[in-house]
Amino acid sequence: MAEERIVGIDLGTTNSLVAYMEGGSPVVIPGEDGSNLVPSVAGLDQNNQFIVGNTARTILIEHPNRAVYSIKRLMGRGIEDIQDELTLFPFRVADDIKPGEVLRIKLGHREFTPPEISALILRQLKKNAERFFGSPITKAVITVPAYFNDAQRQATKDAGRIAGLEVLRLVNEPTAASLAYGLDKKRDGIVAVYDLGGGTFDISILKLHEGIFEVLATNGDTHLGGDDIDNLLLAIALDDIAGDLKLDLRRNGEAIQALRKAVIETKIALSFKSEAQIEVDLPQGHRYRRTITREQFEQLIEPIVQRTVAPCKQALADARLQPSRIEEVVLVGGSTRIPRVRALVKELFEREPHSELNPDEVVALGAAVQAHILSGGSAATKDMLLLDVTPLSLGIEALGGVVAKIIQRNSTIPASATEHFTTGVEGQTNVAIHVVQGERELAKDCRSLARFDLKGIPPMPAGLPRIEVKFLIDANGILHVSAKEQRSGKEAEIEVKPTYGLTDDQVEQMILESFDYAEEDFRQRQIVEARNEAGNILSALEKGRRNPAWQILTEQERREIVQRETALQQVKNSDAYKTIRGAIDALNEATMRLAELMMDSAVTAALKGQNMDNTGLEGGPAAAHPIAPAEITKD
Amino acid sequence: MATQVTQTAPGIACWSCGQTASQHFCAACGKIQPVQNVDYFAIFGLPRKLHIDMAALEREFYRLSRKLHPDLFARATAREQEWSTGKTSQLNDAYRALKDPIARTTYLLELEGVKLEEQSRNATDSARLSGAEKKQVVPPDLLEEVFELNMQLEEMRMNKQMGEDDPNITRDLQAAKQKFEQKMNDLTSELQRNWNEWDALIPRGEAAPQDRQSRVRVRDQMVDLLNRRSYIRNLLRDVNEALTSN
Repeated sequence: MAEERIVGIDLGTTNSLVAYMEGGSPVVIPGEDGSNLVPSVAGLDQNNQFIVGNTARTILIEHPNRAVYSIKRLMGRGIEDIQDELTLFPFRVADDIKPGEVLRIKLGHREFTPPEISALILRQLKKNAERFFGSPITKAVITVPAYFNDAQRQATKDAGRIAGLEVLRLVNEPTAASLAYGLDKKRDGIVAVYDLGGGTFDISILKLHEGIFEVLATNGDTHLGGDDIDNLLLAIALDDIAGDLKLDLRRNGEAIQALRKAVIETKIALSFKSEAQIEVDLPQGHRYRRTITREQFEQLIEPIVQRTVAPCKQALADARLQPSRIEEVVLVGGSTRIPRVRALVKELFEREPHSELNPDEVVALGAAVQAHILSGGSAATKDMLLLDVTPLSLGIEALGGVVAKIIQRNSTIPASATEHFTTGVEGQTNVAIHVVQGERELAKDCRSLARFDLKGIPPMPAGLPRIEVKFLIDANGILHVSAKEQRSGKEAEIEVKPTYGLTDDQVEQMILESFDYAEEDFRQRQIVEARNEAGNILSALEKGRRNPAWQILTEQERREIVQRETALQQVKNSDAYKTIRGAIDALNEATMRLAELMMDSAVTAALKGQNMDNTGLEGGPAAAHPIAPAEITKD
Repeated sequence: MATQVTQTAPGIACWSCGQTASQHFCAACGKIQPVQNVDYFAIFGLPRKLHIDMAALEREFYRLSRKLHPDLFARATAREQEWSTGKTSQLNDAYRALKDPIARTTYLLELEGVKLEEQSRNATDSARLSGAEKKQVVPPDLLEEVFELNMQLEEMRMNKQMGEDDPNITRDLQAAKQKFEQKMNDLTSELQRNWNEWDALIPRGEAAPQDRQSRVRVRDQMVDLLNRRSYIRNLLRDVNEALTSN
C-alpha cells in the first residue's frame, strides 16, 4: 500500500486523541506514556521546550504561567467576546489586543495565537502517530464541535497547517461519533447524538439509510461543558476558603490549579458515589476539606444541565420530528458520565441512551472512520457516506443593519447561494459586503465573518452594474466567495478581511516560525544534553583516578587529562554548545588510554575470578569506553 | 424554449479523454465533468412539474450524492475536487428547494420569470430607507378580518402595558388564529389545484397561443396565492407572539 495513511484527530477542549483504521475497525493510538488521551495542555519546561499532555499538566500546577489549557474556548474568537471566559479561566491575554484582532496568549515570556497553541497539541498527536507507525504522517481529518462557526473552523484548519498537517476534512464531532456507532450497527433509522464535552455542547439528529448518514438538524452551545461545572465547584471552594480561613486565593495561580484538580476528582467520583470529598492542601499549611453529596451536586449543576434542553428542542423542531420519532440516542463526551445528564437525556428523548463506546474516545474513532473513507475506504466502510449540515444561517448585512439570510441553518453542505449587487453612486468602482453568521435579525447581533470589498467594477451609472456574488459553504463548513460583474463579464476582485481569522500570509509566517522555534528548541536541548554529558564524563574521571590504572599513566598523560578536565569544568555551564562539545571531545580523547587500561584491569580481574564490584568499574565490560558515554544523535 | 421538458445538457467533449461526456461524468473514462449552469429540475432529470414523487426524489438524491460527494474525490486533482464540491452544492441546493412544496413552487415561478423574493426584499429595503413601515397590500377579501385582528392585537398590547389581562381578547385572538390557520389550509388545497393545472399544461408545450395564455394565467394565480399565503403567515406569527408572550 503506497497510499499515505490518514489519521483521525479529536482536538478536544480537555483531551485530544489520534486514531486510525486497523483492518475493519478504528483504534486509538497511544502516546509514549501508554495513555490514549493526551490532555489538551501545552506548556514550557525549564529549558523553554514545548511540552504537551500529562507532563504539561504537572507544569500547570507548579508554574501556572508556563502552561495553557482549554485553548479551544478561544479558537476563532475576539477580545470582546471572551470577557466571561477571562473571569473563569487563567488565560493571560496580551495587553495590546484590539477588538477584531486575533488573540495572543502569553505562555512563559512568549505570545501565541490560539491556533498556534492548538498546533502544539496537534504536533504531539502527529508525533505519537509517527512513532507508532514509524513513518511520517502529513494528512488528517480533525473533528470540530458541530456548532462551531466559520471563524472557529478556519482557526482549527489553520492550527492543522501550522502543525504540518494537511487537513483533508473537518468533521463535526457528533457526526463522527455516529459513524463510529454506525460502523458495527448498520441499522436504518433516526438517531440523536447528545455530545456534552469539556467545553462544548452539540446535539445532532441524523437519518441513517443504507450507509448514508444524513444530518437533519444540529444545534448547540460552543461554550457549555464540564469546565463550567468545575468552575461552579471551584467558586464554592474559594468562597469557603475566603470565609473560613480568611485566605483569598483568587490571585494565587498555583493554589487555584491545585483546587481545580481536586474539584475535578470530586466531580468524577460523584458519578459513581453518593457523596465525595474535596480535599486539598493549601498554602501556609492549611488544608481544605468539604463533603459534597450527589444531591447537592445535582442541584448545583442543574442550571448548566438545563442549558442543553433548548438546543435539543430546537434541533427536533428543525428536523420536524417529535421526540418519539427518535429511535436511538447516543451519548458522547466525558460529561455524559454524570447520572443527572443521562436522566435528562432519557426524559428529553423518551428512551434509554446508548453509551457502549467510551464517550471519551468515540469521536476520535469516528474521525478515523472518516479518514479511512477519504483514503478510498474498504469493505468495512463500503457505502458509508456522511451528509452534514451547516449549523448557522449565513446572511449579508442589508440596508438598516438587518440581515438578509442567503443560506439557512441546517442546509446540507456543500451549499451555495448567488446574490446580485449593484452600485448606488455614478462611477462607483467598489462595493462593500458584510457577511455574518447567526440567527438574529440584526447584523450587529450576529457573528461577523468577513467584509468583502468588490473592486474594479467598471465605472457606470448608478444601479447599472450587476455584480454576481457566489457564496459557497464547502464540505468543511467553511465559506468561499467569488464575484463577477455581469455586464462587462469581468471577474471582480475580492479582498477578504476575515473578522477574527488569520490571513494566509500570517499562517505561512507561523509555519516558518514554528520551524524556528523547533530549531531553538533543538539548540536548547543540545545544550542541556551536552551539559549532562560533561557531568557524566567528569564524574567518571573522578572514579577513574581511584582506579589502579591511573597510576600506570605517564606524568605527561595525567597532566594533559587534568588540563582538559579544568577546561571542561570552566565551559560546561555556558550556553555555547560547540565549546562544551569541543571540551568533552578533548577530554574524551585524553582519557582514551585510561579507559583502555581500566578495561584491561577489569578483564584481568574477571579472569582471576574477582568480583566485578571490586574492579571499580561500573557498567561492566560491555561498556567499551566507560568514561565517554555514547554519542548523542539528533532524533 | 426554457419550459420544454428539460433534457440533460447535450454531450460535450470530456476534458480528460475527449470522448462525449454527459452532465456529470464521461461515459468513456468515468472522469467527473465541469460544473454547468442547470436548473434544479434538470439536475434530477425531472420535467418542470410541481407534483413530485418524494420517495423517488430522495432515492435520486442519495444515488447522486454517492457519485458526486467531495468525500469521493479527496485523492483527485484540485480541479476535480472543486467540480465535485460545485456539483454537490448544486445537488444539495436543488434537493432543498424541490423537497419543500412552497420553496419548489417559488423556484418554478422564478424560472418562469417571477421574482417573488426580490419583490419582497426591494419593498422591505425601500420602506426602511423612507423610514415608513413596510406597506403590504392586503388581499381585498381579507380586509375586514385583518382590520378586526389588528384592533384586537392593539388592545392586547395596551392591556399588557397596563398590566391587565382580558380573557375575552385572548379568546378572540384564539378564534382569529383558528380562522387564519383554516385559511392557510384552504390556500394549500387551492395551490394543489393550481399544481394539477400546471402539470397538465407541461406536456402540451407552449407553441399554441392558448397554451401559452393558460400558462400565464396559472402562473399569475400561483403568484397571487403565494403572496396571500405569506401575508397570512405573517399575521399568524404576530398572533402567536401575542399569545405566547402573555
